[in-house]
Amino acid sequence: MSVDYLAAAGPPPAAPPAGLPRLIPACAPADAGADHRSDKQSLAGHLARLGPLRYPARPGGLIAEAEAAGLTGRGGAAFPVHRKLAAVAGQARERRRAVVVANGAEGEPASGKDAALLWGAPHLVLDGLQLAAQATGATEAFLYARRGEELSRRLLGALRQRAAAGLDRVEVEFVQAPDAFLAGEETALASWINGGPARPAFKQPPVYERGVAGLPTLVQNVETLAQLALIARFGAGWFRALGTAAEPGTMLATIHRADGGSYVTEASLGTPLTALLPAELAGPGAPADTVRAVLVGGYHGAWLAPEQAAGLSLSNASLRPAGAFAGAGVLAALPAGRCGLAETARVGRYLALESAGQCGPCFNGLPHIAGALGELAGPRPRRQALADVQRWAGLVTGRGACHHPDGFVRFVRSALTVFRAELDAHARGRCTATDHTPFLPVPAGPPAREPR
Amino acid sequence: MTDSPRLRVNPAACSGHGNCAELLPELITLDEWGYPLLAEGGVPAGLSRQARRAVRDCPALALMLSAPVHSVPVHSVPVHSEETQKLPRRPA
Repeated sequence: MSVDYLAAAGPPPAAPPAGLPRLIPACAPADAGADHRSDKQSLAGHLARLGPLRYPARPGGLIAEAEAAGLTGRGGAAFPVHRKLAAVAGQARERRRAVVVANGAEGEPASGKDAALLWGAPHLVLDGLQLAAQATGATEAFLYARRGEELSRRLLGALRQRAAAGLDRVEVEFVQAPDAFLAGEETALASWINGGPARPAFKQPPVYERGVAGLPTLVQNVETLAQLALIARFGAGWFRALGTAAEPGTMLATIHRADGGSYVTEASLGTPLTALLPAELAGPGAPADTVRAVLVGGYHGAWLAPEQAAGLSLSNASLRPAGAFAGAGVLAALPAGRCGLAETARVGRYLALESAGQCGPCFNGLPHIAGALGELAGPRPRRQALADVQRWAGLVTGRGACHHPDGFVRFVRSALTVFRAELDAHARGRCTATDHTPFLPVPAGPPAREPR
Repeated sequence: MTDSPRLRVNPAACSGHGNCAELLPELITLDEWGYPLLAEGGVPAGLSRQARRAVRDCPALALMLSAPVHSVPVHSVPVHSEETQKLPRRPA
């Protein structure tokens, strides 16, 4: 069986992908119904595209290669991958056991890139998970992915294909993540896999010391693992051919266009935002007539004024001075004619409901802030409402076990800056918006809390 | 850079009893929801006895005097009733 699959891969190694895309193979409609050799998502198709998975001769090899590549986590925090690998490897040497988790929870409603990657290149993620297990000396591996019947079927199918091919050294257990904004936070993830609630914990000790089953645990975003699998095949030099010197490589991004369309794309770090939102930021009349604002980095990210966004690029070096960050690659162009305050209030209410309800400042402060935002989004708010938001924002910052209150405050404060003209208009009882239909995606109804 | 110990609070364990602010008003005040706000900097020598008492008497075991990070005790005691816990529990 294993010979069949490997033989179908053709003579290794495959040529590295030149240019984009690297991660998710372009899928022509004709591919969909074709046999397994031309189905790029199948194991055979995957191996035909990229060649066989090669383990470095020594476990530390990949850590050094990840460092040379300058790979950072693609789940949003952009933490250097080699440091996390080395930390878990060091713990695993002492404890003789460790756990690796591919994190595809993607609780951010505006992000679709992890699901798209898991759907379009499941084996690349699973290759990365095996490589991470080898690099850290992990003895157990988990694939933690968002709920979804079709996606689950596909991932379980991919795991079966690998088992049949005898490809994996460490067995992978599949776990469905709960539908919660914080489901992917690494302590919440560890708690859920351990059979508890998916709530963040006060990080002492950190999960790289005590995570799943009390063992040293490496939690990496699925895209990070896919990038790692490409680096293992094609090397740090190839990885660095795209991106900037300080932030090398590519990242997946979820783009929400002003016309309501949204899609996932792969872009080099440093790509100008005008190239990612061309009609909105560089087209006729742009950006003043096309967009009200651009949300960068998702619901823990920041709103940017259109003129400002048009001068920036998809990299932390460019975005951080503007108070934003690339995060997990969410870009949303709020169309001109919508009310940024209404959008912020709607998302703020959702985020307040998604508080894990553990830390007093968060479970008290976020609903208070969300309520005041609702008032600011309506006609003639009390004068006090804006001052309240600002005071409460200061009170919740840095006072949670996780970064939920901090991310929430970043999002809210950016709105108060970027939508200042709208705040003034609302204070006078007017709203400049012409279209009041909701724009940013927020799950309908109360947060899903059903047990697994 | 001072060697004096620092107060820390585990926000997930703290349930806002407010004892700490009564025992150590010099360094701890309460926010408008009753949760502690800690003064910046270390605990001055003259207040170390009161600080230790505040730590010892915290009903939620949420207040700590920091030693090196790795020796900080872990408290993951759930402090809210089931009704206030929003996320799913493992089915029995």
